[in-house]
Amino acid sequence: MLLVDWLYVGVFVVVGIIMAALPLAIVWLLAPRVDYPQKYTTYESGVVPFGQAWAQFNVRYYLFSLVFVIFAVEVIYLYPWAIVFRQIGKYAFYSMTVFLVILLLGLIYAWRKGALEWV
Amino acid sequence: MGQLAAFIVLSIVTLAAAVVVVGSGNIVRSALSLIPTFLGITGIYILLQAEFVAGIQVLIYAGAITVLILFVIMLTEHGSGVRFRQVNEQVPLGMIVAGALAAFLIATFVTTAWPTSSGALPQYTASGVGTTFMTNMVLVFEATSLVLLVALIGAIVIARRER
Amino acid sequence: MVSWPLEILKAIGLAAVIFTFLAVVAAMFGVLLERKIGGWIQSRLGPKHVGPQGLFQTLADTLKLLQKEHIQPRAADRAIFNAAPLIVAVAGLMSWVVIPFGTLGERVLVVRDLNIGIVFFAGMASMTVIGILAGGWSSNNKYSLLGGLRSASQMVSYELPLGMALVAVAMEAGTLSTVGIVRAQDGWFGSFVFRQFPAFVIFLIAATAEVNRVPFDLPEAESELVAGYFSEYTGMRFALFQLGEYGEMFAMAAMTATLFFGGWKGPILPPLVWFLLKMYVVVFFLMWVRWTYPRYRLDQLLNLSWKVLLPAGLVWILITGYRITF
Repeated sequence: MLLVDWLYVGVFVVVGIIMAALPLAIVWLLAPRVDYPQKYTTYESGVVPFGQAWAQFNVRYYLFSLVFVIFAVEVIYLYPWAIVFRQIGKYAFYSMTVFLVILLLGLIYAWRKGALEWV
Repeated sequence: MGQLAAFIVLSIVTLAAAVVVVGSGNIVRSALSLIPTFLGITGIYILLQAEFVAGIQVLIYAGAITVLILFVIMLTEHGSGVRFRQVNEQVPLGMIVAGALAAFLIATFVTTAWPTSSGALPQYTASGVGTTFMTNMVLVFEATSLVLLVALIGAIVIARRER
Repeated sequence: MVSWPLEILKAIGLAAVIFTFLAVVAAMFGVLLERKIGGWIQSRLGPKHVGPQGLFQTLADTLKLLQKEHIQPRAADRAIFNAAPLIVAVAGLMSWVVIPFGTLGERVLVVRDLNIGIVFFAGMASMTVIGILAGGWSSNNKYSLLGGLRSASQMVSYELPLGMALVAVAMEAGTLSTVGIVRAQDGWFGSFVFRQFPAFVIFLIAATAEVNRVPFDLPEAESELVAGYFSEYTGMRFALFQLGEYGEMFAMAAMTATLFFGGWKGPILPPLVWFLLKMYVVVFFLMWVRWTYPRYRLDQLLNLSWKVLLPAGLVWILITGYRITF
């Protein structure tokens, strides 16, 4: 039954792409096309764009995404625990407490070091 | 039959996207092509009935690691708009090494007597994973949190020095 | 024994139905509802001229958008520029796979009750980020890129509290399947909104941020970033972004109804009606907030996620664990 479930997911992806692309095909048939060079310039509040948009960006984005990856992994660990800890009892609760406290220490460290500041 | 067809389709998606990853001249295109690669691998995990691992693949690799990679690219100076040449004079050498590795792997794959088990497939469901974490693998589980902590501290130390 | 061709046909039919549902109920009716509610809150009329009470306004808008020329800036990265709206729209559709709409006799009306339902849901929410980042980058426009980056950093930040609220609900229900979670909620006071109230608050805030709505709409702030990541998109491609966004918003509302308000459960009225009712209450709430509150600053927004919701989520998970274990 499991594979049938995911067959549906796969079909949804394919049908979704087709149905989302369908209006684009209609646009291609219906819409007018009038070319002149200014139309294809990048929008920059009405002035001629200068320089590249693809420039260097702030290191903070990187820092946040790094912390995010680590906590995303942590949350993933919580899911399997969440559905079985009831059956296993106290032991599961204690081991998850240790796990969470260690990561909470990490969060506090990041906080204290200013990794969560956006200034 | 159905599974074989699905496997072939998924492999083609994975490999085609992987070729774009290594072959594209634009680094952002390479990074974005990682997503079909990861999703194809997700599909293969599902064919192996490892549902939860597939969920991890989407959430961590396709959803988190790719965003991290994209941010790193945008961090580098003029990194994202430039076109790179993806070939240099070492291509023949590289092809020889890659061919040798592929031949070795295929030879290993063909000659090894893979253990086959009859009966039902093992259930790698989320609850199975959870039970294993909480019983046999509890030390590994706790060690993971330490690894994550070390990774976090290391990342912060390095990133702060760069600033 | 499963008949594969039949299942594939059924899946194609269902996908078409859900996609149409999404386009009509979520996007078209959603936009109309948004404008009507916005008008009502701001003491004006909203759309009024197309059809009775402006009912066909968004239909007319869609027809207009279908005739609009597709303009692609010369500096844009062609392939990614075209793929980005598709990614967002499809990711918006995929979240609906695991949402149970109601029951019909013994059967539950859900596309597929996946074993890892809520993990799947979280995964699809994280796919939207990629589409937005791809759209923002490929436009090669400063506003778009800035909007895309802001949006991505916001969405990844709020994915964590969202995941923690999902974990708390999974703990209460003991399952990751959405149908299982609805089944675990018995009666009025069995709804998880009571036992999991902090998780509910965290989920609602994170969901609002996840779909880039006011007060967390700074990635597309029209007054400073001219719509952010989709400022270069015209016509139907812009509509696809909107479709994905509204699809995602309705999916978040439907998930809130499923996780915290007992999904399709309720007395007298048919289950489907209850589900839609609950979903629209949440949708109304989101729209109410949108037309009432100003926008956050980026640093305030990140602080709220990392310094309030994330620790609160961790502590709430520990409290829930303690309560259930002992």
